[in-house]
Amino acid sequence: MKCQHCEKTATFHITELTDPNGPTILHLCEEHARTFFNQDGPPDPASALTNMLAKQLKLEKAADDLAAADKKQCPMCGITFAEFRKGGRLGCPYDYVAFEEDLEPLLVNIHGATSHSGKVPKNLNGSPERQFRLKQLKDEMREAINKEQYEVAGKLRDKIAAIETGQNENGQNENGQSDESNEEKPNDGPPDDDFQSFS
Amino acid sequence: MKLDDLAQKTGEWMRGDGPESDIVMSSRIRLARNLAEFPFVRKCTDKDRIAIAAAVRRAIDALPLSSDTEYVDVAKLGDLDRQFLMERQLISHELSETEGARAVILDPQERFSIMVNEEDHLRLQVMQSGLDLSSAWKRMNELDDLLESKLTYAFTKKLGYLTACPTNVGTGLRVSVMLHLPALVATKQIDKVFRAFNKINVAVRGLFGEGSQFMGDLYQVSNQMTLGKSEETLMQRVSEVIPRLIDYERKAREFLINEKRDDLNDGISRALGILKTAKKISSEETMHYLSKVRMGVNLGLIDNVRIPTVNKLFIHTQPAHLQKLCGQKLSVSARNTERANYLQQHLSDSVDPKAN
Repeated sequence: MKCQHCEKTATFHITELTDPNGPTILHLCEEHARTFFNQDGPPDPASALTNMLAKQLKLEKAADDLAAADKKQCPMCGITFAEFRKGGRLGCPYDYVAFEEDLEPLLVNIHGATSHSGKVPKNLNGSPERQFRLKQLKDEMREAINKEQYEVAGKLRDKIAAIETGQNENGQNENGQSDESNEEKPNDGPPDDDFQSFS
Repeated sequence: MKLDDLAQKTGEWMRGDGPESDIVMSSRIRLARNLAEFPFVRKCTDKDRIAIAAAVRRAIDALPLSSDTEYVDVAKLGDLDRQFLMERQLISHELSETEGARAVILDPQERFSIMVNEEDHLRLQVMQSGLDLSSAWKRMNELDDLLESKLTYAFTKKLGYLTACPTNVGTGLRVSVMLHLPALVATKQIDKVFRAFNKINVAVRGLFGEGSQFMGDLYQVSNQMTLGKSEETLMQRVSEVIPRLIDYERKAREFLINEKRDDLNDGISRALGILKTAKKISSEETMHYLSKVRMGVNLGLIDNVRIPTVNKLFIHTQPAHLQKLCGQKLSVSARNTERANYLQQHLSDSVDPKAN
């Protein structure tokens, strides 16, 4: 068997147990094995951070809290917080809303910050809240059609069309001239907006 | 296939000019972006991935980019072509090795590439020879603006650009400067220097070596944080560190010249000798000696070898490049022979280090 990092014969077969994602098996030649044993930590910053992230979570939260957080599930993509913790990757943009309070300590650890100050796109229709609201309305419309409630479905279709053309659900133009007012604000939604119950 | 044309060239980041190019090989900026209406790549269905690739392709086709810009369906490429693009740093290991619909958009001058369906839907990268982050950022910002005019990115005012991994959220920006630091390695100061730098929130890793092996004394310095600071500030943090690293490397080179001149001459002379005369040579050994030759050229100890030639050899002697250049698949052993031939062809007219 060849060394994973070069073309020499692998003479060291190492099972690494410290990785939170489970054991990793390495096949290395003598030289690479020496480097491996002498290294301070994983050289790739992204994987180092993911590991840190997993450890940090365990430290910061008491076991009960962690178990409760782990069960949380994103209503948009269905990923649980436990799945995220295991793989280090989120399932969809709405996870940042669904897991907001659990992600915040992580962001502080990684970035030393919890809010963005940098480039802002001109097109602000990409908020996960807006995508989630569209998904809800589309699901409701599908259900109405299944129940043959075509009048309800028609109203929902109009709401969807309104959002998609940059208005609010009641067909009013919510896009002021400034970029400031362009973002979706779920709290300002109509009374039937049940968005809050998901967060 | 245009990839074969690409193999003959070396591309922007190996051109070997630009500010501080004796030590700084290249400046590179990448942005992570996701389309608002899709889940992140790990939760995408096959249909989602295909739809994302199609949406990006439509957007690219509608942009005023060079007509030579090429959309490459990575899922349709063979192993050799994927490895070739990876050696060229136009695609990542992840894009090369994962399954499903994925693509890369290539600029023929290799000044930018856009990966589709990597960890994020879009990974834009801009490359520049030498130390020149501000022009790299200017071009990156323009490219991002162009794409944004056709695509809706996942973004919130609070958290900025939303990414699959929270380590990239906010700006989605990774600024990397690739440095050639042979004297810091030779004087065994490299670990000490980098431990100090890690404390100030820049990450340093070796290049070309998978995992822990740093090959060719090439190192990459990049920012770790992406949230809470503007793109300019994050870039500033990396570029503040670079002059200090350059300074350390120059001092280490001076030390070698003043205190260890004979050893230095011997090492460089042997390196060139082996590269010019070996009949079989591995890519690790090649990188190791090319690094010494590169320093020798920059210190004026070797005549008749030009830096662009050395840079080209760094890339062209990588396994997939070698096979693309000779137009066939080769076994490891045959590659080692072919590599030795290739090196001799390109180094034959050089002379030995100055004896003094």
